[in-house]
Amino acid sequence: MTLEARDLTVRFGGVAALTGVSFTVAPGTVTSLIGPNGAGKTTAFNVITGFQRPTQGTVRHEGEPITGWRPHRIAARGLVRTFQKTSVFPGLTVRENVLTGLHLQGRVGLAAALLARGRVRAEEQRLEVEADRVIDFVGLGARRAEAASGLSYGDQRRLELAVALAARPRLLLLDEPASGMSASEKLTIAALIGRIREQGITVFLVEHDMRLVMGISDRVLVLNYGRLIADGDPAAVQRDPEVVRAYLGSGAHAHA
Amino acid sequence: MSGIARGLGLLVVATAPAWVWNPYHLHTLIMAGIFAVLALSLNLLLGYTGQLSLGHAAFFGVGAYATGLLTVKLEWSPWIGLLAAIVLPGAAGYVIGRLALKLRGAYFVLLTISFAGCVSLVSVNWMELTNGPLGLPGVPPLEIALPGLPALSLRTKSAFYYVVVIAVALCYLVCLALIRSRVGRALVALRENETLAASVGIDGTHYLVLAAVVSAAMAGFGGGLYAHYTRFVSPEVFLFTYTVTMVIMVVAGGKGTLAGPVVGAVLFTVLPEALRAATSWQWQMLLYGVLLVAVLFFVPEGIVPALRAAGPALRRRWSAA
Amino acid sequence: MDQLLQHLLNGLLLGATYSLLGIGLTLVFGLMSVVNFAHGEFYTLGAYAAFAALTLASVHFFLAIPLAIVAGAAAGAICERVLLRPLRGQSIDTVMLVMIGVWIAMQNAELLGWGGVAKSVPTPFPTQPLVLGPVSVAPLRVFVFVVSGGLILGAHLLLARTRLGRAMRATFQDRETAALMGVSIERVHTITFAFGAGLAAAAGALLGPVFLLYPSMGDLASLKAFSVVILGGLGNFAGAALGGIVLGVAEELGAGYVSSGYRDAVGFLIIVAVLLLRPSGLFARAERVG
Repeated sequence: MTLEARDLTVRFGGVAALTGVSFTVAPGTVTSLIGPNGAGKTTAFNVITGFQRPTQGTVRHEGEPITGWRPHRIAARGLVRTFQKTSVFPGLTVRENVLTGLHLQGRVGLAAALLARGRVRAEEQRLEVEADRVIDFVGLGARRAEAASGLSYGDQRRLELAVALAARPRLLLLDEPASGMSASEKLTIAALIGRIREQGITVFLVEHDMRLVMGISDRVLVLNYGRLIADGDPAAVQRDPEVVRAYLGSGAHAHA
Repeated sequence: MSGIARGLGLLVVATAPAWVWNPYHLHTLIMAGIFAVLALSLNLLLGYTGQLSLGHAAFFGVGAYATGLLTVKLEWSPWIGLLAAIVLPGAAGYVIGRLALKLRGAYFVLLTISFAGCVSLVSVNWMELTNGPLGLPGVPPLEIALPGLPALSLRTKSAFYYVVVIAVALCYLVCLALIRSRVGRALVALRENETLAASVGIDGTHYLVLAAVVSAAMAGFGGGLYAHYTRFVSPEVFLFTYTVTMVIMVVAGGKGTLAGPVVGAVLFTVLPEALRAATSWQWQMLLYGVLLVAVLFFVPEGIVPALRAAGPALRRRWSAA
Repeated sequence: MDQLLQHLLNGLLLGATYSLLGIGLTLVFGLMSVVNFAHGEFYTLGAYAAFAALTLASVHFFLAIPLAIVAGAAAGAICERVLLRPLRGQSIDTVMLVMIGVWIAMQNAELLGWGGVAKSVPTPFPTQPLVLGPVSVAPLRVFVFVVSGGLILGAHLLLARTRLGRAMRATFQDRETAALMGVSIERVHTITFAFGAGLAAAAGALLGPVFLLYPSMGDLASLKAFSVVILGGLGNFAGAALGGIVLGVAEELGAGYVSSGYRDAVGFLIIVAVLLLRPSGLFARAERVG
């Protein structure tokens, strides 16, 4: 199993954001985590990627327990996430953003930076080639030298994806990658996720758009009020009465 | 800058002692150089990782005292003293960085202020070690002693001018080398979006410590130079005015650029000297405060970036005219 | 044992003023998210304003203190209106740097205006200390303690019981809702900052006569205020009140049993210790992070 979460519980003061959540993610699949607003989806992401310590429970990545590890260590294992709110390095260009994402692919440290300029030059050249490859993969080639803060919303989200991909994820966690996008942009994202899966990267995503979710997922997990209420293939989950109740009951409506 | 301009500039800098007749002006240039080293060091933290150290005078002071104590009390070679002036503050920077851990923003500032305050109090109160407010007079000058050749004492202003020029160039190159590498990118990532940086594997604490160490070591180097130039070290090196001056040089010059701190250092050493005839240092400091606010309001990026941005616009206007 | 009691008493008396300093800053730092490094300068302003009233205008001592508060509050209001309001929305670092600029400018203005020579403030109190059993205390310090306590109580009542106080608390809990309910956000910000500055000025006017006046007295006051704020937790009124006492007592014990030269180091050490061990403050409740 690529990812195994067991009995995850997260409590803040009196509020339980997650209670006893357990699931697994199989390698090479696309798994989606859905649920009404406030169900705890981002909290689950935060726990898996080290941005939040769980009150109870464990997370295992390829058999190794990673609960409570710091985010950068988890990223070094190949678990890379994106964020719900658009997250880029605003003052840097698209290229510089992606080059920063390639951090783990480099080796140069303080000593080498000061004393081994030859090695630095070679590494920079190698990283720049790789950066261009990733930028082209997400389709931002034309905007290579533009500042990230000046990009359109859709392009910024694509940049976010590029930065995450640059970190060579084995498991990519996408937090609402399609939010705020037009219908055609969503199709592009779905296609991109498909191509990512073809590269052998396992994808775990949180999304609200049902059509997108049901279209690309191999497996769907449903959270409600911090508890896992459904876990199975898309068709079965869609028919599950408790899932329907959760969505209708909370007043949230599925974006069709 | 074009090649010709750059070459001319280098020529001017390299021959200054020949045509700067007034030794006081030469002194001003030397101080500008020492401050350039300090400003470059503060810029590493403030401009690149985005964290402000308001205790930077402490690293400067520790460097000065390190070399002062070793050369005066133990009579060691000034070059060893200078080395100590780099290593000891660097170690202090390591401690600060490690202590700071997840502290950022105002909390980091407070930590640095507290550190500086404690060090300052020690320098005044621990008489047996530091001589307290009386200070350490008689710090020997730097000396080049190659076997077979007579010792060349670098005690004249002209000689020390060249020491400082080399020192500034060295520090500039160190900063440049760091920035133009994966290390520099990691530092900037801390400033731009630390959470995102962590998600792609950048260890924020590690790089903050790295920046703190290099920054502190460089400031200590400036302190060592200062000690061997003025040949006297006292608790005055911990004066808050030094930190303030460094901050204003970096912010007004242009934080996050490499030329900015150097330009700021020259500007804010030469300017006060020009004003000195007319006004007292209190007015000068008052002006600094007002200037800091004004810069943050009107030219928040600093002078160098503003000039760079204005450059193309001016060029267009010239070619259109 | 008597010495200990004396130190504790001194610490308590001094600490009340530190609480005053800290409360002003915790409101500004905790509620407005403004890192006010100029807080100590309002303290200095209050001290010099009281001094000016006493020596230049021959105002009665008990009137000088409210005057100082007014002067501090007015300066604070101007500062907020002219500098902070236009910067609202900018990064917290920019605001911090601006307040550092204000710090430098104000201190050197004081230096230019009053000169660097320390001044002592004349008071109507007898210098003969009151002896209460094993301890003795100067009447002036008792007065300072009583007034500090009164001001702290007054501040608490203002925040907890008045409409203005409610408006302030509402604004800092949920700005948008407060605005929808008719609260003038702009005015609340100005008043809050002025309030903080006024409290700092009060502390300055009160402590000025106890120690001496000199232009850089604000530096230590700022640090101690931050120390109190960090001890008590950002934005925590009661925490700041308690934190001030803790700082006062710690300082007195440190000066008495360790060394008086390192007295001011206590504030620094507290900052370092709390930041490292429990960054949210000693009295803060565990909070959700992120």
